[in-house]
Amino acid sequence: MTSTDTPPDLGAEDLAARVEAFLAEHDPSTTEPSEFLRERFAAGLAWVHYPAGLGGLGAANGLQTAVDAAFAEAGAPENRPRLNVIGLGMAAPTILRFGTESQHRRWLPSLWTGEDIWCQLFSEPGAGSDLAGLATSAVRDGDEWVVNGQKVWTSMAHHARWGILVARTDPSAPKHRGLSYFVVDMQAPGVEVRGLRQITGEAEFNEVFLTDVRIPDDQRLGEVGQGWAVAQYTLMNERVAIGGGTLPRESGAVGPLAARWREHPEAHTPGLHDRMLRLWVQTEAARLTAERLGQQQAAGQPGPEGSGVKITYARLNQECSSLELELRGEDGLRYPDYTERRPEVEDYGRRDAAWRYLRFRANSIEGGTSEILRNVVAERVLGLPAEARADKDVPWKDLPR
Amino acid sequence: MSAAAPTPSTPETGDLLYSDVEEDLRASVRALVEKQAPWDVVLARTDTEEPVDTDLWKRLTQEIGVAGLAVPEERGGAGASWREVAVVAEELGRAVAPVPFLGTVVATALLLGTGEDELLAAVAAGERTAAVAVGATRGPGRPVPVTVERQGGGDLLQGTVTAVIDAVTADVLLVPVSGTEIAVVEAGVDGGGDGVTRTTAESLDMTRRLTDVTFDGAPARIVAGADVEHALRIGAAVLASEQLGLAERCLADTVAYLRERHQFGRALASYQALKHRLADLWVAITQARATARYAARCAADGSPDLPVAAAVAAAHGSEVALLAAEDSLQLHGGIGFTWEHPAHLFLKRARAEALLLGSADHHRAVLAELVDLPA
Repeated sequence: MTSTDTPPDLGAEDLAARVEAFLAEHDPSTTEPSEFLRERFAAGLAWVHYPAGLGGLGAANGLQTAVDAAFAEAGAPENRPRLNVIGLGMAAPTILRFGTESQHRRWLPSLWTGEDIWCQLFSEPGAGSDLAGLATSAVRDGDEWVVNGQKVWTSMAHHARWGILVARTDPSAPKHRGLSYFVVDMQAPGVEVRGLRQITGEAEFNEVFLTDVRIPDDQRLGEVGQGWAVAQYTLMNERVAIGGGTLPRESGAVGPLAARWREHPEAHTPGLHDRMLRLWVQTEAARLTAERLGQQQAAGQPGPEGSGVKITYARLNQECSSLELELRGEDGLRYPDYTERRPEVEDYGRRDAAWRYLRFRANSIEGGTSEILRNVVAERVLGLPAEARADKDVPWKDLPR
Repeated sequence: MSAAAPTPSTPETGDLLYSDVEEDLRASVRALVEKQAPWDVVLARTDTEEPVDTDLWKRLTQEIGVAGLAVPEERGGAGASWREVAVVAEELGRAVAPVPFLGTVVATALLLGTGEDELLAAVAAGERTAAVAVGATRGPGRPVPVTVERQGGGDLLQGTVTAVIDAVTADVLLVPVSGTEIAVVEAGVDGGGDGVTRTTAESLDMTRRLTDVTFDGAPARIVAGADVEHALRIGAAVLASEQLGLAERCLADTVAYLRERHQFGRALASYQALKHRLADLWVAITQARATARYAARCAADGSPDLPVAAAVAAAHGSEVALLAAEDSLQLHGGIGFTWEHPAHLFLKRARAEALLLGSADHHRAVLAELVDLPA
């Protein structure tokens, strides 16, 4: 078996056989983890829907789950999926779609294996929902770009080797047309990462200050001025990453709520019971909706349901954790620790209910506010008229800020 | 999260999409219903003495075979499943079609569990119409009260059942007479068989009238082994698809209207307050679709998760359909409050549906037991 043969219509059984053959050759218990991951990438069993030579076999997207499950069952090492969620979920598809062949080979292998963590340098203090209004500038200087500006809400920046960056390369063009998309070396001079303390007390995200950072032109993804289209592609993958997926019953915020309900009958009242049951039903409905979305995607009919799933999960997380605090009574008034620190990437379900209540306030803001997502549904799904845009055709430099 | 408490296991989800066969079936039903029963025809019928469109029902059952879908071929049906039944329900809900489909679904589910194959085949073929004489608001998960008794333990019935759906044109009534027995009663075609008096009530939902049925020495055939609760559960699962179709129709009509209607020099559809309401409704409908499909697939496959699936679909579907119908009327403004506009047909259907086969509250109370979230 070589890494580049890609038979047409590669099916689940073919893949299972390849995984089995791979595991026979590379025993997870005796192979060094990074070596194992590099070999898995080379065998095309990293992300099977990627092209041959880039960690995949050109197989159907829906077949990945079974491959991952087979590796997990065999005790194969993980590629730091939680730490590298931005890299795997957003940077990789963008690099694949817009990168050159040499960019593919430069970044995708170490991204997939988790050797290099990635972060996303999009939002700015002055550009949140209106991302296209961002002000970070990139000025051409020979074969390089000189970047100045400030990014915010950058998760993983303190771990990241690489960042995907949108910057303004033409301030005299209307805002969507003056942007370009780069990959920035987070170890380059002029890149400063600072923790950003949030309402939970900790610093989960970062501010990233870019001062005369020099980026070689061969680290640009897409054409000069095409940055908005590239960024849109990245963000489309973000909504899929946050919204879709297969989940067990009672997963998410309803899980700890239901567990607490079962453990504390003394806290039950008719009013709380009604709220408990409504949230259970809504969570189950949301779960089935996500399952159905996954089935549509697997069947090659991606639906626009992703935006809706995200709106719903944000609300359910908030309402479930809020009800959980009410069930706790006096304990609902206590908070574990407001000390500023860097949180570990971990399962939210293990955190204190009060922490979750606070953290989940961000769910309806991060990755597209629920209000913007309602616009998306209204305009792209229902075909309703777009919001009036006074800034669409005005040079960015002339916009009021 | 505490590890101590048990959480419900996750049953296999199964296929929640529509098959090509299901889409073909949908297209056939929609084409027939749009031609034969557009909303103005449905509305006009509500002012007549013939609230049921018997001609449409005849064509649906005899040309498309909608009454026999869940009945095996060897028992006189089409050998499809409750999934296909649910697709038909979506289309009939979308049109508020005044035909006895839901009652037939419950009756069929009941007969499938008995040896009444001759009657089952006749119902499947649309030659006969059966209704289950249970009060319309009774849902699965609670015992059905027996209000009809066998005189002296024999085969003459005495008693009354109020608020029966789809009994206006039924020629046979299936009457629970104990926890496990039903009486099969010949009801005649025009109001009453021997000892049976049917009174059609003025009903909130003008397109699905209620009937009060009185038995006074009505001759009956007693059939054992009937699972009324299961039949009601199938009914609730299928009703969720009817609610889905209705909600989709309300959203589509409202979107079309808001695009066309201008005030203050702008299309109403350009106002963010209204766009967000419609977006929320669309999100809710995607969920109703997923829950209804899951209930239909559990019904079709005899999944042990059907009680949960039906309760979730019914509790959620009721609220979504009602939201859709109420929002639709509100967003249509004054025109939506007029008799000449169809919004009230959907509102009345949705409001009534939210009580049929158990209210949302009933289904949540049932769920509380099923998923171990006690009061």
